[in-house]
Amino acid sequence: MKPRFALRSSMPWWRGPALIAAAAIVTFLLSAIVIRWAGGDPISAFRYMFISPLQTKFGFTESILSATPLVFTGAAVAIAFRAGYWNIGAEGQLLAGTIGATWIGIHAESLPAIIGVPLILLAGMICGALWALVPALLRTRLGIDEVVTTLLLNPIALLIISGLLNGPWRNSETGFPDSDVISKSTQLPIIWPGTRVHLGLAIGVVIIALCWWYVGKMAGGLKLRAVGMSPGAARIAGLPVERTLLITALVSGGIAGLGGSSEVAGVAHQLTTGISSGFGYTGVIVATLAALSFIGSLCIALLFGVITVGSFSASRALQIPSTIGEFVQSVLLLTVVAALVIQKYRVVWTRGKK
Amino acid sequence: MNSHEGVGATHGGTAPSIFLRGISKAFGETIALSDVSLDLRAGEVHALLGENGAGKTTLMKILYGLTQPDTGLIEADGVQLTINSPRDARAAGIGMVTQHFSLVKNMTVVENIALASASTFSLDLGVVRKEIKAASERFGLEVSPDAVISTLPVALQQRVEILKALMSGCSYLILDEPTAVLGPQDIDSLLDVIKRLRSESGIGVVLISHKMAEIEQVADRVSVLRRGKVVSSSSVSGISTQELIGLMMGTDEVAVAQRRTSKQLVGNPILALNGVGVNIEMGGLSEVSLDVHPGEIVGIAGVSGNGQAELVRVLSGTLAIDKGSIVVEGNTLGKNSPQSLMRAGVGMLGEDRHASAVHALQVMENLVLDCIDSFATRFQLKQKEILQHCESAIAQFEIKTTPKQALGTLSGGNMQKVLLARLFSRKPKVAIISQPTRGLDVMATRYVRSLIMKASTEGTAVLLVSEDLDEVLEIADRVAVMYRGAVIGIVDGSTATRETIGQLMAGITK
Amino acid sequence: MIEVTQEIIGASLRIATPLALAALGELVTEKSGVLNLGVEGIMYGSAFVGIATAAQTGSLTTGLIAALVTGAAAGLIFAFLTVTLGVNQHVAGLGLTLFMISFSNSANRIMFTADGGQVSVDPWRPFNFGGPIFSQYWITYATFLIIVPLTWWLMRRSGLGLKIRAVGENPEAADVAGINVTKTRYTAILIGSLYMAAGGAFITLAFVGSFTINIINGRGWVALALVIFGRWKIGRLLAGAALFSLVNAGQLQLRLLPSFSDVPFEILLALPYLAVIVGLAVSGRNVPYPGAYLKPYKRH
Repeated sequence: MKPRFALRSSMPWWRGPALIAAAAIVTFLLSAIVIRWAGGDPISAFRYMFISPLQTKFGFTESILSATPLVFTGAAVAIAFRAGYWNIGAEGQLLAGTIGATWIGIHAESLPAIIGVPLILLAGMICGALWALVPALLRTRLGIDEVVTTLLLNPIALLIISGLLNGPWRNSETGFPDSDVISKSTQLPIIWPGTRVHLGLAIGVVIIALCWWYVGKMAGGLKLRAVGMSPGAARIAGLPVERTLLITALVSGGIAGLGGSSEVAGVAHQLTTGISSGFGYTGVIVATLAALSFIGSLCIALLFGVITVGSFSASRALQIPSTIGEFVQSVLLLTVVAALVIQKYRVVWTRGKK
Repeated sequence: MNSHEGVGATHGGTAPSIFLRGISKAFGETIALSDVSLDLRAGEVHALLGENGAGKTTLMKILYGLTQPDTGLIEADGVQLTINSPRDARAAGIGMVTQHFSLVKNMTVVENIALASASTFSLDLGVVRKEIKAASERFGLEVSPDAVISTLPVALQQRVEILKALMSGCSYLILDEPTAVLGPQDIDSLLDVIKRLRSESGIGVVLISHKMAEIEQVADRVSVLRRGKVVSSSSVSGISTQELIGLMMGTDEVAVAQRRTSKQLVGNPILALNGVGVNIEMGGLSEVSLDVHPGEIVGIAGVSGNGQAELVRVLSGTLAIDKGSIVVEGNTLGKNSPQSLMRAGVGMLGEDRHASAVHALQVMENLVLDCIDSFATRFQLKQKEILQHCESAIAQFEIKTTPKQALGTLSGGNMQKVLLARLFSRKPKVAIISQPTRGLDVMATRYVRSLIMKASTEGTAVLLVSEDLDEVLEIADRVAVMYRGAVIGIVDGSTATRETIGQLMAGITK
Repeated sequence: MIEVTQEIIGASLRIATPLALAALGELVTEKSGVLNLGVEGIMYGSAFVGIATAAQTGSLTTGLIAALVTGAAAGLIFAFLTVTLGVNQHVAGLGLTLFMISFSNSANRIMFTADGGQVSVDPWRPFNFGGPIFSQYWITYATFLIIVPLTWWLMRRSGLGLKIRAVGENPEAADVAGINVTKTRYTAILIGSLYMAAGGAFITLAFVGSFTINIINGRGWVALALVIFGRWKIGRLLAGAALFSLVNAGQLQLRLLPSFSDVPFEILLALPYLAVIVGLAVSGRNVPYPGAYLKPYKRH
């Protein structure tokens, strides 16, 4: 007997949620094994990771701070994927955004904040969009697949940052490969007094709302969805397929770049080579787990913020590795994508051939 | 190669006859074949004649193991054959050249032929090369073994496919519309090859075709399929061309009786084609002149592959014209792009409804897909208006759906109604409608035809391209018959008969 | 000067070894129509498991075997997701990379660095056949003298290679020819993953002798770039690897000179990526992607 997957014609309503729950359980079990191995108690580790950050004001605000860049990259990936444009380059676009933002930040000393802040945000957005431009043109003009081109631009962006920080932007006081601290007038204001939560979060939420509105409610969004679901039929209906893809790619890059501005101007206040801990890649996980919905991306980003903060406190309290947070996220991705596909199929056992 | 695997004495004695018995096959709601029986004999060319969708290809795909029948069985001299895959078919001595070649384009001829027999490690292309040389000499099919497929012209690619099938040791060779992709000279040499294979190698050839001339030239027997049934099977010498066309097109006299009465043409034509020519490798259009008046339905009839598809592509703007002009409402179009035609008021219903439908979007969203901007303010879609528009379309066109259902979940007939609703609700001046009822059941077919007639009475000019002659005769005011890329004659719908049209379709003008 | 040149050539062969292995693995995989973005993660995970096993057992060979087993397991997961289930290849690949990296980092912390230590082994030593050029690790010799010709033979002269190329170009035609598309793609992914694993293990078990965070440092992405730069041809791929390794080894030498301390070497490191993007733009519509690149196959 051999197993074979056959498409289901109909599906009981509970199958989807049940499979997602199964994916979550598998993730918990695999993580529990690693936590056990590290000598920790899985139950209390999960409590630290998922619950304790929500019990204190500090934990909560740090969680939403950690979630902020993921809100941007999640939205950037989701909008691109919705149009069928497989942008794997949110990481590079975010990094390009940090470069633009830093350039404004270290050169704009005497500006009032009312100009400096919009300027630094705009700079990140433009640089992110520019970083997305080349793969988008290659795709729409020459039909070159964007997966690899967007991906390969990520290490280039990081190398440029490293080059800048080892060269012209080297810190003028310490001599370390970090940029100078950006001008006060370009730093994003704190929106929750007494915490580190800054304007970037609010902007991220607004971006999510705008994306949701655009894709779901506006004419351009309907075109974008039609192009993403069936480019051939969209073309027959007279929709500008190539232009839609190009614009979406630039918007996606711009959103990721804005995320870069938010990190530089909101938290780090300077450029370092570690400015992004893989936010662009995690953005792909966030958007995929959210099934490319924007509100869902916001929720997953917040959940990931909690996990990030929580895994650090679990690490401190139980002596388990803090990277367990990333482990949980990646296992969750693999199990959920499998579950999302499996729910469409049923396993048929066929007699193997002689 | 594995020539030893073929049953029967392959190219020596006589291979057993093959019988298909009571084959039925349905794809979802459409019945492709119902209770079809057919017998094939070695050393005989058996033509399968029928329009697109008649079931010829499906029947042969079943014989070659590409599709499994719902019921029915295949026998060779009384022994039942189990054919679950092309590999089984080849082992039983059956080879096939499908319409879309099963060749790997970036590989050489040798590599393609070696594929079928390749094991994991040993791959001696030298041996295969020698076998190819020997086989091409034996069958008179010359190919250069180390040429990359994509660099070969279509005729040579086809030759590779034939050689591949012959080298697998087949005693039956199925050719699915082999001449559809060839120019006149290549057609002649292919027909020669077929004759030689029959008489010199004793191979039984199944020739799927809808071209009368070539059937008369090479076939010994001909079976006609219509709507999934064999309607006739006889020797070619015992049947006339006109009889064959009649059998192929059907004799649905009821439909003909409902034909519209002759209509007085008023005013100037709204769409006019003046000497439109398209030069492409095969097919193409030559000097097509045609006009359609407001409120008129002009039907395009003809045996498939005589330029109808190219005409539709020209009028949808996806095939550029090389000669002549297209005039809409007195304005000559500079270039026939999809946008320019749409702007001029030409609407289109394509022959493949699935290619025009975004399955995952809602019915209401699909309905406004070609005019999204007129259903939106700067900031949002006018959901209420889209819903109202959809509800009125559902009511007007009797679509069995709710507005928010995904289009892909609808039946073929209802999906077609949605696309027709999208076409007609823009109030196009001209509607180009291609194969509107292909694959639909009787009720849906009736309804779709009545919709087209209703639109025309409301003043839309309709160009109806259909392989269903009944359909054309039933609703067209004038019938233009295409033959070899040209309009060979235009007949008034009220006086057209099956015979006059049939003669024109066969290329006979008095 | 001659000595420096020899040093540079010798060093570039060492640098090229893991790149060539991983890129050949990616080539075999992509030729079957599957893009494996897990390459970076498979190298990372195998590098870690290899050295961890070697440190625990005291045997470098056991470490290498463990690394290969890790690669095979990762390849199977990837094949199940992409071939059997038909999940988006880029999402599955990226997910696999993140999974392997986070797992390795966690395990590294649990096993070795909790007390501030670091895992290290006494690595394989180069065999010296005279001069800096011919002082190389056995894996380097094996890669260029055995694996490269073997891979060429596999892809161009074996039945399996023919099948791999066929399912990558036109799975429908391969299916009609009686080839099991699923099985062939699994095989290609598995072979490719083993190559990637060997490349990762080379870094920890021979080249470096220890494991640190970010040890692969984008080598997997370079391998990905080399496959496209080489237009899916083994010779061109190796030429690309040689070129990049020479530039890389050269800049390492130059860095030692004080007068070059301010030169931005990052530009040179970015070369393979830039070369691919420029190359793609120049080739325009003539990029010889495998016909079924990124497309899952389902029989109708």
